[in-house]
Amino acid sequence: MATHKSTASAPKSVSPPKASPQAGTSKKSDSRAGSPVTAVEMGARQREISVSEFFTKNRHLLGFDNPRKALLTCVKEAVDNALDACEEAGILPEVTVQLEVVAIGSAAKPSASQATRFRVTVMDNGPGIVRQQIPKIFAKLLYGSKFHRLRMSRGQQGIGISAAGMYGQLTTGKPVKIISRIGPKASAHYFEVQIDTKKNEPLVHENKQIEWDQPRGTQVVIEVEGRYQKGRASVDEYLEQTSIANAHVRLIYRSPDGETKEYPRAYHELPPSPKEIKPHPYGIEFGMFLKMLHEAKSQTLSGFLASDFCRVTLPLADEMCKTAKVSPSAKPRDIRGATAETLYRTIQATKIMAPPTNCLSPIGEKAILSGLYKQIKGEFYTAVSRPPSVYRGNPFIIEAGLAFGKAPDSETKPEKPTMPLAEGEQEEGDSELARVIRYANRVPLLYQQSACAIFKAVLATTWRNYGISQSRGALPAGPMAIFVHIASVWVPFTSESKEAIAEYDEIHKDITLALRECGRRLGLFLRRRERAASEFRRRNIFELYIEEVAEACNRLKGGKLPVEKLKAQLQKIASSRTGGMKTDETLGKTGAGPEGLPHSIIVTAEGIEGESSLAAPVSDDMAIEEQPAVPQSERRQKVKTGSDKRSSGKATAVPSVPKKGSSSQHREGPGGTGRKTHRTEKRK
Amino acid sequence: MAKTKIIKNRAVEKKLVGLADMVIASAQREKDPTMEIPLRALSNVTFNPRKGLLEMGGKKQARSFFNVGMAKKFMQTMLVADALSELQRAELTTSLREIYYRTKHTIQDSHENTFDTQDESDPIIEDLEVSLVALREELHVRAENGGSVVGPLVLGDDGDRVDCAKLGKGGYSVPSIVEPEYVEIRRCTADFVLLVEKGTQWNRLSEDKFWRRYNCVLLTGNGQPPRGVRRLARRLHEEYKLPVYVLVDNDPWGYYIYSVVKQGSINLAFESQRMAIPKAKFIGLSSADPERYELPRNVGIKLNEKDIARAKELLNYQWFQKPAWQVEIKRMLASGLKYELDALANKDFQYLTKKYLPRKLKEKDWLD
Repeated sequence: MATHKSTASAPKSVSPPKASPQAGTSKKSDSRAGSPVTAVEMGARQREISVSEFFTKNRHLLGFDNPRKALLTCVKEAVDNALDACEEAGILPEVTVQLEVVAIGSAAKPSASQATRFRVTVMDNGPGIVRQQIPKIFAKLLYGSKFHRLRMSRGQQGIGISAAGMYGQLTTGKPVKIISRIGPKASAHYFEVQIDTKKNEPLVHENKQIEWDQPRGTQVVIEVEGRYQKGRASVDEYLEQTSIANAHVRLIYRSPDGETKEYPRAYHELPPSPKEIKPHPYGIEFGMFLKMLHEAKSQTLSGFLASDFCRVTLPLADEMCKTAKVSPSAKPRDIRGATAETLYRTIQATKIMAPPTNCLSPIGEKAILSGLYKQIKGEFYTAVSRPPSVYRGNPFIIEAGLAFGKAPDSETKPEKPTMPLAEGEQEEGDSELARVIRYANRVPLLYQQSACAIFKAVLATTWRNYGISQSRGALPAGPMAIFVHIASVWVPFTSESKEAIAEYDEIHKDITLALRECGRRLGLFLRRRERAASEFRRRNIFELYIEEVAEACNRLKGGKLPVEKLKAQLQKIASSRTGGMKTDETLGKTGAGPEGLPHSIIVTAEGIEGESSLAAPVSDDMAIEEQPAVPQSERRQKVKTGSDKRSSGKATAVPSVPKKGSSSQHREGPGGTGRKTHRTEKRK
Repeated sequence: MAKTKIIKNRAVEKKLVGLADMVIASAQREKDPTMEIPLRALSNVTFNPRKGLLEMGGKKQARSFFNVGMAKKFMQTMLVADALSELQRAELTTSLREIYYRTKHTIQDSHENTFDTQDESDPIIEDLEVSLVALREELHVRAENGGSVVGPLVLGDDGDRVDCAKLGKGGYSVPSIVEPEYVEIRRCTADFVLLVEKGTQWNRLSEDKFWRRYNCVLLTGNGQPPRGVRRLARRLHEEYKLPVYVLVDNDPWGYYIYSVVKQGSINLAFESQRMAIPKAKFIGLSSADPERYELPRNVGIKLNEKDIARAKELLNYQWFQKPAWQVEIKRMLASGLKYELDALANKDFQYLTKKYLPRKLKEKDWLD
């Protein structure tokens, strides 16, 4: 399947069957304009077109349609390659991305937003590349290790990085510069290569051994024409999203503004290495099948079926041959035409077990949580990995995650004093829409959001069921990031530029199920939080109203009332009542805390609940401010019960409240600002 | 007269202060301050067929302070009580809307207003009326003026002589409080009272001097008649033994207006004693009229879902159980149409004055 699709999209040679538009360039035909051209003359003009030439003209197919996108694509291809290489070699990736503004001619260096030319440098700590392969990998299209295998990886066709180099060569004339070293004992090699677009062959400009401070890895430098702009679909966004889905990666980014941003590693395990699989019969098209028959190594047809496809056993192969009325011992090469077609149809009609799914390497709930938690400030995080499914013989896994809310930190901003509300006025609500972040095999998808199956599934989910408002046909509203990842040996993109995922029913269904699970957990969290808030409000209500009622009584009594005494009396009743209610709730609080919320994190002013493994890396980079004074939370402690030992009045008592097992404290004290991390073991 | 007024005021003010006493006493005994408010709903209203009145039952609703659902209302009730007692002391009258503004403020240290809209304060005033058994007038709260009268009627208002026969076609604007202490009926020579739902049709009749020809008092309340209008009609009925006829649109709301005039409203059933006119008659528009007066079908309006639901509710009310009324309402439902009084203009601009009402009165074509 993989090979088939690629050949279709990246033809090795395209022979135009008819006179090409280049006809007009010939002088002779000019003089005889209008008169028909003979087949011989036409034949003289027909010649092979190299892939490189083809893509030079159609660079938008590879994601180089405009300067801004081109810059992103260059970074993306280089980073994808680096990550693939590191993971395959079992190395925890550490990638440095640097963008520098390049002055044109003698002009002064323009600012990052004005610049039109950039030097992209991507360096990794991967296995390195052997010397002989370097030129081909970077300066020959359709050359690589991933093309001939059905294995889950970021890159597929071996076009990416060489296309980026070609784009650089085309727009700036500069070669691609590579340094690579395969280990501390080997020496580092420096190459400058360009691509011969006619022959699709590398041209080596420079090749020498150099001193390099890295013990191992690869660095590639490409100079390209581009535009740097922050915001949506920018390099910055791509790197941020990459870091979310690849929590095991340490990313260092030096932006053209001269800033350095580090995305630390939040997860210290490499994703399991995906296995390579054979194609599943359901995922093969007829033409492909013919080709496989032709190239088969087996001597017998049944042997070929059993060895070249997954989930086909010898008995099953024999049975299929019998049904198709072909001899199982026939030579695969001899099966042609109608016979082949009958056999193909029979295979498609036979019930065959779904392909194995160990070829997939999902990110995993924990890693998604780590990524989301690291990059997005929020109050609630959750992640869901679906069991593997199959579309057209290709196994895939859907994973979804969700980060909701605003960071408690942002609430501490001094609130501007609000004006009393007039009739008909309402407090301004947040109308911000959710952000959808999409991934295919861990690579962020930044373009063509609305054409993507993921986006459509998000729209089709009824978020209102989970307490999130959503206008008809729109994204859900709220401070929320929705994360969806599809992992597959063959991700069905809608186009060659790999920007949107095609909407197969099976894929749509699985995305929807994953989103619903996330939504359910979010709904649970919101309801729980609402309950906590309403309890707080209840106490608040009485406190507020006591003032009013006491004053009204005083005025009714002609101002002769000991108001303070009345207030104190009423307050006493209030606190005994709410305290009672609160105790009830605390005691009977079944299902509160992270129970019922697997793979989720809740962040409150009082701490973090959920996946304990996350707390460790988190607390490192999280500046912990001590709670200054003890507002609200302490007051609440006192309110609680006098007999409670813990309420001895110390602020430090707060985080220790949820002693037994799963913490059940996640209420919001508007005053509680300190972000403390307290860990709770939650094992499923 | 002035003397009785002051005595009354003291009684009301005492009742208001009583609320504060209740709160103080409860606070001392560490009890949840609770007041009891008679339920103002259909379930707490009974129709007394003998008197022909709606009467309020004994069901009460507790309103406690330390109950999350009621705390705000409790607080609001105390604020309104405070404002009302302020009125008592200052001997002022005021409107519902002014009470709303008077009691509205933002609660300290919060973004919450004591009242957000007038819809919150109006029911509280009604709650206090019923629970303190005080009339709105006694609470010094004016309802809207919103009513007019013309006819052979002489009133005394604040010492002024008001001759309702000499006020042109605009008539006298009926104040919301028409108790004898405020408005005195000095003379009335009319034969009956005609209470018209719509101001537009009242204007028609007044312009055509219908009242002069048929010697009647013309009253309107511009829709659901306010207390002043209902009370004036009742006084004319009681003190001068005048029959009262009600002229309303032919729709469920018109029927209900008639029933409110006749036996009181569900919401303020406790006031029926003083307001209701059990002998009032429904003169039109009846669902039989379109046929009898040959109104073309195209001047009708299709009953909407709300109309139909309301009509079905009316069918179940005890005071609409008379066979004639069941027929009347069912006929409207069967035709699927409602008619406005204004539709009579389809025949002639003065059809109401010159043909419709004269014939109705002559044929004594009304419903009881």
